Amino acid sequence: MSAQKVLSLRSLSKKFGSVVANDDVSLDLYVGEILSLLGENGAGKTTLMNMLFGHYLPDNGEILITNKSNQMEQLRLGQPQAAISAGIGMVHQHFTLAENLTVFENITIGVGSLWALKTDKKKAQKKIADIIERSGLVVALSEPVGRLSVGERQRVEILKALYRDARVLVLDEPTAVLTPKEADVLFDNVKAMTDDGLSVIFISHKLREVLEFSDRIVVLRHGQKVGEMLTKDADEQSIAKMMVGESTLISKRVNIQVGNPLLSLEKVSMKGSSRRNRLVDISLKVHEHEILGIAGVSGNGQSTLAELISGLQKPDQGEVVLGTSTVKKLNPKVIVKAGIGRIPEDRHKDGIVGNMTVAENIILESLSEKNIQKFGFLNRGSINSIAEELCSSYDVRGPGIHAHARLLSGGNIQKMILARVFSRNPKIILANQPTRGLDMGAASEVERRLLEARKNGSGILLISEDLDEILRLSDRVLVIHSGVLTEIENMDREQIGLMMAGESL
Amino acid sequence: MIRIENRNSSSRLFKFSIPIISAVVSLILAAIPLAFAGANIGEAYFVMIKGVFGSVFAVSEMLTRATPLIFTGLAAAVAFRARLWNIGAEGQLYLGAMAAVAIGTGVLDINGFFLLPIIITFGCLMGALGMVVPMALKTRFGADEVVTTLLLNFIILIFLQMMLEGPLKDPMGLGWPQSAPILDQGMLPTLLTRMRVHSGLIIGLVLAIILQIFINRSIWGFKLRAVGENIFAARHAGIGVNKSLLGVAICSGALAGLAGVSEVIGLKGYLTADLSPGFGYTGIVVAMLAGLSPIGVIAAALFIASVFVGADSMSRAMGVSSYLADLVVAMSLICVLIGGFVSNYKLTFTKQKKVTTK
Repeated sequence: MSAQKVLSLRSLSKKFGSVVANDDVSLDLYVGEILSLLGENGAGKTTLMNMLFGHYLPDNGEILITNKSNQMEQLRLGQPQAAISAGIGMVHQHFTLAENLTVFENITIGVGSLWALKTDKKKAQKKIADIIERSGLVVALSEPVGRLSVGERQRVEILKALYRDARVLVLDEPTAVLTPKEADVLFDNVKAMTDDGLSVIFISHKLREVLEFSDRIVVLRHGQKVGEMLTKDADEQSIAKMMVGESTLISKRVNIQVGNPLLSLEKVSMKGSSRRNRLVDISLKVHEHEILGIAGVSGNGQSTLAELISGLQKPDQGEVVLGTSTVKKLNPKVIVKAGIGRIPEDRHKDGIVGNMTVAENIILESLSEKNIQKFGFLNRGSINSIAEELCSSYDVRGPGIHAHARLLSGGNIQKMILARVFSRNPKIILANQPTRGLDMGAASEVERRLLEARKNGSGILLISEDLDEILRLSDRVLVIHSGVLTEIENMDREQIGLMMAGESL
Repeated sequence: MIRIENRNSSSRLFKFSIPIISAVVSLILAAIPLAFAGANIGEAYFVMIKGVFGSVFAVSEMLTRATPLIFTGLAAAVAFRARLWNIGAEGQLYLGAMAAVAIGTGVLDINGFFLLPIIITFGCLMGALGMVVPMALKTRFGADEVVTTLLLNFIILIFLQMMLEGPLKDPMGLGWPQSAPILDQGMLPTLLTRMRVHSGLIIGLVLAIILQIFINRSIWGFKLRAVGENIFAARHAGIGVNKSLLGVAICSGALAGLAGVSEVIGLKGYLTADLSPGFGYTGIVVAMLAGLSPIGVIAAALFIASVFVGADSMSRAMGVSSYLADLVVAMSLICVLIGGFVSNYKLTFTKQKKVTTK
C-alpha cells in the first residue's frame, strides 16, 4: 500500500424520489489498498458503487481517477463504458457469466469491436495466462462456465475485470457463496493482486472477514459516511456500533430440554438432475424446543429440501412425518394447514406478491380464517387492523399497509414475512436463509424471534450458509453436501467447514 | 443522452390518465391517414362525432355496438388479471351463440321467463367449455394457452360453418347458411322502441360491477390476483393455483360465450358465420385500454364502439374507408402499451458534461 491515490469520490449525493440514498459521500482509495465498505442494507453501499460504475448518475459530486500517466482525471459520470475504460472493474454478487460459453470466451467477450472479423486469440490467451500467473486465479480456460463451481466462477469474474486492465476492483459480498476454505483462497489471491498494484473495494457484512482482510474501513449509515479508520485500530464491537448507531443486542441462547418429535423425514430421496436438486436417503427429526441447523454451501440440495418441507415437491422415495402421522398428500395447502411456518429462501419470488399491498401480503396464508373472510369476502376492517398491529409489533417500516409490498426494502420485506409466519403461532418453522442480505439490526431481530419460538415450544429447521449463525442458534447441526446429510458430533467450526466442502471425515 | 430509469411509484392520477391520453392521441393520429385519403380533416372529425352523438338513434347504435365489447372485454380482463392469456374469446363467443340457437329456435317452446335463463346458462356453459379445454391442456401437458386458445378459434369457426350447413341450418332459409330464428319469447327485450339497443347492455353493465367487486373484495378475487401477480408466492402460500386458474378460465369463457348469446338473442335473432366482426379480438384491446379493470371495461368499450360507429358514418359521408376504425383501435392499443411503459419508467435527458483534466 502506498500513499498514492488511485480513486477519489468527492461529495457524491443521490436521491431517489424523496429517499436520500447517498448524502455527500467522499472517499479515497490508495494504490494497492484493500478498503472495506461496511454498512447495513439500505445504507447506500450499492448506490455508491453503482454511481462509481456508471449505472446511476449522481445528483451531485464528482469522481476522479488516475489516468495512464498517473494524473487524476475526472470520470465521465453515468457511463459504464467510461468506468470500464478508466480501469474500474466490478464483481457483482450475482455473476454475469454466460454458462454455455467457455471461460476464455467469457473473459474476452465484449472487448473487441462487434464488427471485428477475427480476434487475436493467441494474444488474448497470453494476456490471460499472464494475469493468472501473477494473481494465482487458476481456472481451466477451455471449460464451459456451466461446469464450474461457484468459487471458480467468481475467479472468472475477477479475471474478466483484470483482463480489461482494472486498477480498481469492487467486490460485492464475494464470500456469500463460498465455503470458508474457498474464501481463504480468494483472500490469498486478492492479497497477491494488491501486492501487484491493484486497489480493491470490498463490500461485506461479515465483520470477521473485514477485520482480517482489509487495510482500511469506511462505514456508511443512512447514506452518509459515519466512520473511517485503519483496520488495525478497529475492533468488532466498535464497527458494529458505528454501523447500526447503537450496539445491537445479541440474543442469548439458553439450554432447554427438547420435547417430542414434530417433523421427521424418513429415508427421503429425490432423483434430481444435478447436485442442486438431488437428495440422497435423507433422514432427520425436529423436536419441540429445538433448532436443527443445516449447514452447507448453497446449491447442495438445500433448496430441494426446503421445497419438500414447504409442500412444493413430493419425494420420490421415503416419507414426511408430521407428529406421528405420515403426510399422504404433500402440497403447500396441507403444510400451511398443519401449522408449518416457512420463511422462504427467495423472498421476492416465493415470499411476497410485490404488486399487492402489505396488508394483503400479511394475510396471504390466512385466507380461510374467520377474522379474514366473511361469506367469501375479505373483511377489510379486520384485515387492516391485523396488518396495522403486526406491522407495528414487527417494526415493518414503509409507506404503510396499503402500499405495494415491492416498495418495501429487503429487510422490511423479511420483517413482513416474519409477521406473517410468527403471527400464526407455528409449531414447526422452516427458516431457509432467513438472514441472507439483511443488515445486522434486522438479522438479530430474526434470530431473536427464532429463539423465542424455540422457547415457546416450536421446532425449527434452520437452513443457512452463514456458519456463524448456525453455530450461534442451533441445538444440533447437520451438514449437507451433494444431497447427503451428515450429523455433526461436536460443533467444531473447522470440521464443519471441511464437511461443507465435501470432505468426509 | 437519454436514460431509462425506474419510476419508484406512479401516482393514481397518472395511471388513470394514461388510457384517456392514449385514446385522444390515437384519434389525433388518425388525421394522418385521413389526410392521405384526401379528406377534409376537420369535416371528417365533425361527421364522426355527429355519427356517434348526433342523435338518440346514433347513441343507441353506439351502445348496441358496445354491448358485445363489454362482454368480451370482461372476458379478457378477468383472464389477464390472473395472467391467463385467453385469446380465444372469438371462438367462445361463437360457442355461446351456437348454444343459443340450439336451444332457442324451438327445441324448448316454453315461457320466456324460463326459456331466457336456460338459453343464457347454456350459452355460458358452452363458452366456459371452450376455455376449459385449453386450461386442461395447460395443466396436464403445459401447453401454452396463447397458442391453444388462438388456434381453437379457427377450429370453432369451421365447426360453426359445418353446423350452419348441417344440423343448425334453417330449413326455411332458402339454402343460406344460417340458423333458424330464435323464438319470440327467447329474445331479450329492447330498451327503446324502434331502436336496436337491447337489455344485453344492462346485463353487461351489471356483470362489470359485480366483477369489479368480486375481484377486489372477495377471497376468489384475492386468489386470482395473487396467482396473476406472483404464481410462485401464491403456490407457496397454499393457494390452489390450478383450481384458481380453472375458475378464472370458466369465468372468462362464460363471459365470452355470453357475448355470443347476447348478439343472437338481443340483436340478430338468428346465427350466421359473420355474427362477430372480431369482437373477441377487440375485447383484448378493450381490456388493455381499461387497465384490466372491469369498470374500466365499460368506458373502454364505449370508446371503441364510438370509434367504430363514428368511422362507419364518416366513411359513408366522406367516402373514406371504414378500415380507419381498425387503425384507430390498433393505435390506441399501442399508445396504451407505450403509456404503460412510461408509467413504470421515466426517460431522463442529461447533458453531457465536459471532461476536464486537473
